[in-house]
Amino acid sequence: MRSRFMVLVLAGVTLAILVALGEVLPSWSIFLLVTAAAKGLAALGLVLVVRSGLLSFGQGLFYCAGGYGAGLLMLWGGITDMTLLVLAGGVVALLFGLLTAPLLASYRGIFFATLTLALSMLMHGALTKADFLGGSDGLNLHSPTLFGMRPASAAEAVYMLYLFSSVLVVVVAVACRLHFDSLRGLLSLATRDNEIRVEYLGASVSRVISENFIAAAFLGGVGGALNAIAVGHIDPELAFWTTSGEFVFVAILSGYLSVGAVFASSILLELIRSFSSQYFPNAWQMSLGIFMLASILFLPNGIGGLIVRRKERDSEKDPA
Amino acid sequence: MTVVLEAKQLNKSFGSVVAARDISVVVNRSERLGLIGTNGAGKTTFVNIVTGYIKPDTGNVCLEGRDITGHTPRSITRAGVCRSFQVPQLFLTLTTAQSLAVAFGIADGRAFSPEASIDAEMERKVEDMLERFRLTGYRNRVVAELPGGVRKLIDIAIAVTRTPKVLLLDEPTSGVAVEEKFALMDIVMSALGSDVTVLFVEHDMDIVSRYAQRVLAFYDGKIIADDLPETVFANQTVRTHITGTAN
Repeated sequence: MRSRFMVLVLAGVTLAILVALGEVLPSWSIFLLVTAAAKGLAALGLVLVVRSGLLSFGQGLFYCAGGYGAGLLMLWGGITDMTLLVLAGGVVALLFGLLTAPLLASYRGIFFATLTLALSMLMHGALTKADFLGGSDGLNLHSPTLFGMRPASAAEAVYMLYLFSSVLVVVVAVACRLHFDSLRGLLSLATRDNEIRVEYLGASVSRVISENFIAAAFLGGVGGALNAIAVGHIDPELAFWTTSGEFVFVAILSGYLSVGAVFASSILLELIRSFSSQYFPNAWQMSLGIFMLASILFLPNGIGGLIVRRKERDSEKDPA
Repeated sequence: MTVVLEAKQLNKSFGSVVAARDISVVVNRSERLGLIGTNGAGKTTFVNIVTGYIKPDTGNVCLEGRDITGHTPRSITRAGVCRSFQVPQLFLTLTTAQSLAVAFGIADGRAFSPEASIDAEMERKVEDMLERFRLTGYRNRVVAELPGGVRKLIDIAIAVTRTPKVLLLDEPTSGVAVEEKFALMDIVMSALGSDVTVLFVEHDMDIVSRYAQRVLAFYDGKIIADDLPETVFANQTVRTHITGTAN
């Protein structure tokens, strides 16, 4: 367990590296990193749910709710500031989380996973039929601003969005790392290990699961809003099961122990997708499948498990 | 003597199987009760009814005069009735210290606070509990890697983080090597101190003789004897049906 000071130092260094990378990386890779950040945020939400012992196949519901929340606020409310839009996306998804958490908190295993998937597909179906929201074609969004600054060129817009995403990711990552190391974070793992014991210690398992699910909804919404701003478009595919599947992929690849591993896995997913769709356009899903199979076989605790194991080995060698 | 727990005419059936028949017990503060009986006699059913795991068909359970019948395990635990399990119910991926920290966090209400961390006060409480239960050497070991006897101790240690009014131990020495049973019970009893009311289910009569002040003997869902250990062990029905020492 790291001290809060160390977490903040690590966050500062990471942010500095990200800002520096923004200066040297080509535009296409910067956009890829923004997309990976959006998906990483949603996947991090899913990891919160995984830490309490459940797997949601419907994180796309909140990703979509956040995207539409931000998009409609931009189109109908005239708000273009990305900070407000991302926050609004998170709040809209959080409201969806508040509505659905009480229903889902009493289910476990495949029933929980299937119900979340069903809710997500309900959202997808409803949006497809809602012509005033663009139907299956969705809606195009305006260019975003940041604290009143409007980018002069497309490249500047991407860079501004990248800086915003970097700060957002680092802030969320710090909050999640502190949460993982807190008593509340340990309570999630305890719930994952043994619900009976948690109840027999006097804590409500339903409350643990509901809170994690609502937090996951918020992060899903933030990720969805960031994606909507980056892509400039929202459509019902955001709630489709394949989108949720991507978050599951990232969560499995990263494991539930490390925050950094979630974003690393998300970047890896985007890289696989980009290169596969360029070099094997008809078989990129297959390469994704092979990669997933390999990660389950060789990294059962994910990339995060690898990092944590290495740290444990180091601390065993050097007990001081 | 102050009555801390009272069960009145508890009855429970599972289909045609009667697991509890008119069980009535009065438990006084600081008493040490041994619950004996063959498998299926109703001991664990009694423990499960008292701790809210199952609801009785009829009858009541009162804690310090307050009816807790049919309450959830969570609310009964909060009221002050805590338990350990025959098969220890633990957090297998956490370390011993983390398990105790979570238990203390739940007990003092800080576990749901988003910013609460394992601070110096929490560390002190954890260290104290580790010392009381002779678990200091296992502080940073993941629970899944620990031997059965140590797991039993952890199960009991996390149950007492709430400082219970009544503690129920379901077969605390089952699965523990014969030569370690007394050592384990010595640790548990000295860690608990003399204030906690303890009811423990046990098959080993030597353990019961040594640690119980009073014995409840269960047979066929009923209590067939409730008295001092020596009196219960001399009871002919107990000797016939439970201890198997009848002439």
